[in-house]
Amino acid sequence: MKNQLPIARHLGLVACSSCHLLNRRSKTTANCPRCGARLHSRKPNSIARAWALVIAAAVFYIPANVLPITHTTSLGAVQSDTIMSGVIYFIQTGSWPVALVIFVASVFVPLLKLLILVFLLLSVQRRWQWRPVDRTRLYRLTEVIGRWSMLDIYVVTILVALVHLGALATIEAGPGAIFFAAVVVVTMLAAEAFDPRLIWDNMENTNDHID
Amino acid sequence: MKHAHLIACHECDLVHQLGAIPQGGAARCSRCGATLYRPKTDSLNRTLALALAGLILYIIANTYPFLGFQIGAQIRETTLATGIYQLYQQEMNTIATLVLITVVIVPAVHLLCMLYILLPLNQNVVPHHLAGVLRLVIFLKPWGMMEVFLLGILVSVVKLVKMATIIPGVALYAFLALIFVLAAMMVTLDEHVVWEKLEPTP
Repeated sequence: MKNQLPIARHLGLVACSSCHLLNRRSKTTANCPRCGARLHSRKPNSIARAWALVIAAAVFYIPANVLPITHTTSLGAVQSDTIMSGVIYFIQTGSWPVALVIFVASVFVPLLKLLILVFLLLSVQRRWQWRPVDRTRLYRLTEVIGRWSMLDIYVVTILVALVHLGALATIEAGPGAIFFAAVVVVTMLAAEAFDPRLIWDNMENTNDHID
Repeated sequence: MKHAHLIACHECDLVHQLGAIPQGGAARCSRCGATLYRPKTDSLNRTLALALAGLILYIIANTYPFLGFQIGAQIRETTLATGIYQLYQQEMNTIATLVLITVVIVPAVHLLCMLYILLPLNQNVVPHHLAGVLRLVIFLKPWGMMEVFLLGILVSVVKLVKMATIIPGVALYAFLALIFVLAAMMVTLDEHVVWEKLEPTP
C-alpha cells in the first residue's frame, strides 16, 4: 500500500497535545513554543503504560466486587453489602431501573472498558488492519463512559453522610469501596495513557519507532 | 505563523488545512471522524458570564444545607462536605480524598482558573502564566464528576426513601444548577481563541 496521506509524523511535524499548534519536529525544541507543553509525536511508552494500568485495574476489579462496600448497623445488627447485593436489593424491592443503573455503572462499564482497552492494545501490538474507524470510536467510548463508574463511590458517600443516627442506623464504608475507587481511577488513567494514533500508524505499513 | 491554518488530528495524526467553518458547524477529521475544531459564538464573554454564575452557585452549594434525613423525630441535616468528613472519620482517607477532589476541589479550581484567564482578557490584558493555567484546566477536565455525584444522590434517595423522609436543601438546587452551568461553560469555551492570545500580534 503506497501511502499518500499527509500524516504529521511523516511530514516531520508534531502537534502540541494541549494547544494543538503544529511544530517542526526536532531534537532541540522539546516544548511547544506557544503554550510550553512538552511535545511528543506519540504519547511516551503508551502501550507499556496502558498495559500496566489495565492489568492493575483487572486485579483490583476482583476485591472491588467481592468485598463489602458498606456496613449498615441498625439496632445492633450489622449487615454488609457488596455491589451485587446492592443490585439484588433494588431488584427485590421492585426498583429495577435503579438496579440496572447501578449494575451498568459499577459492574458492566468497568469490565467493558477493560475488555475494550485489552482489545485495542492487542490490535495495535499485532498490527491488525481491522476497521480503524470503529476502533477509534471504541477508544472514544472508553473515555466517555469511565467516569460514570464513580456512581457507587458517591452513593456510599451520601449514605454515610445521611444515615448517621447512632444506634438507630449507621452506615460505614467497607474495604470494597477502596478497591472499587482504584478500579475507576486506574482505568481512567489507562484510557488516558493509550494513544489512538497508534491504531492508524499500523494502517500505513510504516515501521518507524515510537517516541 | 506558517502552519497556522494547518491542524493535525489529535486521534489519527492526519494533517488538515482548515478553511472557514460556518456558524454552528464543526471541522471533522476526514479519516477518523474526530472533531478537529468547533468555533463558538462570542466565546470569551459567554464563558466569563457562566463562570461568574458558577462561582455564586458553587458557594451556595457548599455552604447551605444539602440534604436532610428524618426518621420520626430525629432530623439529620447535612452539607455537601458531611459525607467526605464522615469518611475521614471512618479512616477511609483514600475515598474521602477522591470524593473531595472530584466533587469539591476540581470544580472550584476550574471556576477560579476560568475567572483568572477571562477577567483580564475581557480588559484586553493577557494574564501571567496563561498557558500554564489553561493547561491545568484541560488536565483537570475529566476529573470533575459533579453530574455523576448527582446520579449518586438520586440512587441514594431511592434507597432511603422507604426508611425515612428526605428533605432537599437549598444547596441541592444550587448544585443542580451548577452542573448545567459548568457543562455550558466547557461548551462555550473556545480554547483556540485563548491560545491565539499568546501569539505575538502582527
